Amino acid sequence: MSDFTTDKKAGHGEHYVRPFESEEIAFEELQDAAPSARFKLSVSGWIGAIIVSFWVFIGVFGPFLAPYHENDLPFPDDYSEYQAPKEGAFLGTDVEDRDVMSRIMYGAGRTIGIAFAGTVLAYFLGVVLGIGAAVAGPWVDMIVSRINDAFISLPTIMLGLVVVTAVGSSIPVLIVTAGLIYMTIVYRLARAIGMEIMVMDYVEAAKVRGEGIWWIVTKEIWPNAAMPLISDFGLRLIYVILFISSLSFLGMGVQPPQADWGLMVRENLGAFQTYGASLLPVVAPALAIATLTVGINLIVDDISAHAGGKLTKAM
Amino acid sequence: MLSLIVQRLLIGVVTVFAVSLIIFICTQWLPGDAAEIRLGQSATEANKAALRAELGLDKPLAVQYMNWATNFLQGDLGKSLAGDRSISESIGDRYQSTVTVSVLTAAIGIPLSLFLGIMAAMFPSTLYDRILTFVSVSLVAVPDFFTATLMVLIFVFAWDAVFGFQLANVVVIGNTQDMGVFELVGHYALPIATLCFVIASQVIRMTRAAVLNVMSSPYIEMAILKGVPRKRIILRHALLNAIGPIVNVIALNLAYLVSGVVVIEVYFAYNGLATFMVQGVQQRDFILVQSIGMLFCATYVILMLIADIASIVSNPRLRHPK
Amino acid sequence: MSDEDIVFEVDDLRIHAIRDDGSELPIVKGVDFQVKRGEVVALIGESGSGKTTISLSALGYCKPGLKFAGGAARLLGQDVTGMTTEELRPYRGERVAYLAQSAAATFNPSIKINEQVTEAPVLHGTKTQEEANKKALALYRALELPNPDTIGDRYPHQVSGGQLQRLMAAMALCGDPDLLVLDEPTTALDVTTQIEVLKAFKKVIKEEGAAAIYVTHDLAVVAQIADYIVVLYHGEIQEKGPTDTIINNPKHPYTKRLMAAVRPTPAAGQGDEDTGDHGREVPALEVRDVTAGYGKGPRGGPLVTILRDINLSIERGSSVGIIGESGCGKSTLARVMSGLLPAAEGDVLLDGKSMRASYRSRSRDNLRKVQFVYQMADTALNPRQRIGDILGRPLEFYHGLRGKKKRERVAELLTLVDLRPEFAQRLPHELSGGQKQRVNLARALAAEPEVMLCDEVTSALDSIVGANVIELLKRLRRETGVSFVFISHDLSTVASFADEIVVLYAGRVAEKGPTDQVLSPPYHPYTRLLISSVPEMRVGWLEESMQTREALAGIARGVKITDIGCPFFERCPLAIEGTCDKVDPPSRKDGSGHVIECHREISELGG
Repeated sequence: MSDFTTDKKAGHGEHYVRPFESEEIAFEELQDAAPSARFKLSVSGWIGAIIVSFWVFIGVFGPFLAPYHENDLPFPDDYSEYQAPKEGAFLGTDVEDRDVMSRIMYGAGRTIGIAFAGTVLAYFLGVVLGIGAAVAGPWVDMIVSRINDAFISLPTIMLGLVVVTAVGSSIPVLIVTAGLIYMTIVYRLARAIGMEIMVMDYVEAAKVRGEGIWWIVTKEIWPNAAMPLISDFGLRLIYVILFISSLSFLGMGVQPPQADWGLMVRENLGAFQTYGASLLPVVAPALAIATLTVGINLIVDDISAHAGGKLTKAM
Repeated sequence: MLSLIVQRLLIGVVTVFAVSLIIFICTQWLPGDAAEIRLGQSATEANKAALRAELGLDKPLAVQYMNWATNFLQGDLGKSLAGDRSISESIGDRYQSTVTVSVLTAAIGIPLSLFLGIMAAMFPSTLYDRILTFVSVSLVAVPDFFTATLMVLIFVFAWDAVFGFQLANVVVIGNTQDMGVFELVGHYALPIATLCFVIASQVIRMTRAAVLNVMSSPYIEMAILKGVPRKRIILRHALLNAIGPIVNVIALNLAYLVSGVVVIEVYFAYNGLATFMVQGVQQRDFILVQSIGMLFCATYVILMLIADIASIVSNPRLRHPK
Repeated sequence: MSDEDIVFEVDDLRIHAIRDDGSELPIVKGVDFQVKRGEVVALIGESGSGKTTISLSALGYCKPGLKFAGGAARLLGQDVTGMTTEELRPYRGERVAYLAQSAAATFNPSIKINEQVTEAPVLHGTKTQEEANKKALALYRALELPNPDTIGDRYPHQVSGGQLQRLMAAMALCGDPDLLVLDEPTTALDVTTQIEVLKAFKKVIKEEGAAAIYVTHDLAVVAQIADYIVVLYHGEIQEKGPTDTIINNPKHPYTKRLMAAVRPTPAAGQGDEDTGDHGREVPALEVRDVTAGYGKGPRGGPLVTILRDINLSIERGSSVGIIGESGCGKSTLARVMSGLLPAAEGDVLLDGKSMRASYRSRSRDNLRKVQFVYQMADTALNPRQRIGDILGRPLEFYHGLRGKKKRERVAELLTLVDLRPEFAQRLPHELSGGQKQRVNLARALAAEPEVMLCDEVTSALDSIVGANVIELLKRLRRETGVSFVFISHDLSTVASFADEIVVLYAGRVAEKGPTDQVLSPPYHPYTRLLISSVPEMRVGWLEESMQTREALAGIARGVKITDIGCPFFERCPLAIEGTCDKVDPPSRKDGSGHVIECHREISELGG
């Protein structure tokens, strides 16, 4: 009997059946979300990548490409400070008549290198301790986390000043200080990510299968923790750069006569404030840091958008 | 809820204690002790011993710590190594200028950036929102002295070039004793403006995120589907739930102000607590560093604690238990 | 009927999703149906069918990322698809109201309930606050909420989930809307609560004379509440018609498949056939006098007791179903068996030999023989491991298989669970929900276990997919001879699969025995409640069940764990004051393995 209609516009109350070819149609279950799109940089991300590559290039090859040594005087016959930009010194000279551009090129490697090494150290320590605390169980976790909380509740720059006062400033000290101070934040992040993964059923499944701790950490936890942690690296790097250059600006970072961007701002600030002298010796290094950190930030934005924006950008 | 707050307060006390220990131990690393630094390398052992006894340095470390801590709690910050003047006395007006700048910054910067942040959340993806987000995200990533340099370039040099006069002092010196609020703002215009920009970039971004986060929750969707007007959705439904995160943001940024002020004071060369501390660092005057560092850290911890408690108090589940 | 009776009409409605790259993907592909005054139209389909999206069009609303791409949705004759938020305001909350799936998420946690319930009519100016309060109070009464006079002064987190669901109905009805949109309003509830809520909804819809769109995936629920059914698949209507016609005379193969996936209501004679003669052998797994919970209490026992004095045994090759409402300790029992939660007292025996309480100290062979299958395949499979590695690891770990042998075995396992061997190369997120659940089962099978503990393995799946997984489980049981412990809150699912059923209530065994006997009288009063709460797929069942004494006793309350007496006391229509609440119930046995823990005589528990 055909008491139904196949007309889509069937009136209310009528029995409509969509035409079908056979009784044996396969009604496929819908696939879950398609594999996540490959990571792609946006336009601003590309701009950031170009800026950062530029500075990394300068950081590595700067000392070879710079027209002068960082402490050379480009115009040995003219000892006047703060000379305006001219041929032979495109960015002018500084308080001690040194070439600003050469000092920026020398300083690039130092600023980026110290910050990078400090961040890597912070990551190494923070991740090992953080994942360790997540795996080791409540007691270890509580003790390490409490100590970490005490350190994290100190303003970084103050802690940096106290440490540098105590042990004196040198490049290794700066790296270790930055590493230890920022380890606290990486620890917190790594622990949170580790904890989140630890309660996943697949980790429990591995445990109840009888797997050892090494397998669980390396095969179950780490592959899942790596991505969010790596995407946070850029952000941490920005904060370490700001930290190191602030210390240098306060005179507690890289020591003269070596060149460092933060230090350059400090050295030339007096003349900048009293106006009239050249602006470039202060503006150029400050701008150098700003472009570097904003460049990194542009890349970080793309990464965190890709990762779903759930990264802890606030810290 | 009360027990939670008490618990947080206890943790706060423990943290302050831990912080003081960290600072105390850090300064113990220094080669040589106070007696040696004050009397110089050439002093006789007998003289040094006498001074050590006077300063209590011959006692065990634990006792030294106890003395320092109890004195600190009573407002006695010890004597600086450089001179015989007590630190508490020399702090006086420096303390005042640091607090003045911080309070004025907070009073101007926070309401303004809250407003801007909420507006950005109300009109997401508009041109206004995009520009604000871009500026605040960029400002977060640059050093404070870069922002300060920008301020000087714009409000002093460019202003001078265009209007023929400087809008503010680059070097902030002078007596502030009889100034009213507006005169103070004028006097500290550049440091305040810089700090405002620094904290605004954070507060705007985080306020916007907090409100947007609430705006994406199902109960806001429900309010939309009930036909609730947009203004009421923001002001009654969303903000009520975003207060916790926002208060948290404010407290965190006030805490940031405490340390951020160091760079700014040095940059604009006025005598605040932080410049005093930096001087101490340069002279390796560790008693001074210890004491002022402790002062800053304690303030910071207290503000963080307030942030923590604020987020507890603003949680309806904790405020109205079953 | 004249056209004026049409409250809502969807005319060739098309809705597209906007992808990240700006391209559009059709989600709803030209749908037509109408809703008349006083009528409930059900939209039924599985996830991804577009049913929620279509229902929201009645409010002129698209979820973020979607947009109206064609056709019309006419509410009271006005097309709402093109309207601005401003233009829609007079309709929303006033002409048309929405009830979401999760009331807990839909109520603003910071605002008192009454303000939220009365907000819409007051804002629209159709009622004064006074009138709205009066209306709300009447609704609280009609919805049989406890303490109707004061419940509005509470905050949402201060009332239970089932109550909140009914309060949401009050919120929707407070503005006297012409059309109600109900989006799976009972899906998240236990069966016993579901029937209460369903009853309240039906009554109120009838009294208020509103029309309603009821979105659900559950045909049995639809049969109770809808006048007209629209069957959706992939954003298209496959079949629509009056409820009676669709339920009793479905024509489209998809509708038939949906109907077939609905397991018959539990009754005697459905249990899977007993596969072999496992008579008096030692049971594969046995639980003896187990008490378990969380934390450490003062006297050595657990701080919070979840399970008390549990005894049960799983014969070799048999399947035991464990049933009960949420909070009864079903999952906890499985965790005790697997050693994830060490029992505080009692023993778990494998092949007659006692095992250590914690998995940490169990031997690798013991761990291999008891495999746990998780409910959510999404979290049970490591998203960074390929299927081949996920299945390969237990093979390597327990059986030392490597290289080619391992690959071959992985392919065998995949074939065993009806997946193509190529799946070994895929990552979990490249699989559908049902496929993931199959991999999840295959991983447990890879260990070659004696007992598989399946914790709600079909609960997160759509009905057809879930039915297929049950078929797979039945086949696996026949082919492998493995014993199964099957945990579910869904009595129909358990009844279709298990040889024996254990009914848990508040951490105690209320009744256990062969499936046929548990599902036929005499019953434990709790079993009876569970059975009578499972909606039957026939029109009129809800009305009949409202007349039973369980329903009349109003016993849809939360599960409460008690230290003495029978924990079911408060909800039991047969409770004996002074006995049931004071003394632990005795075990009433009928000699064939059927045990009922009740103070009432067996003769009192029949019929």
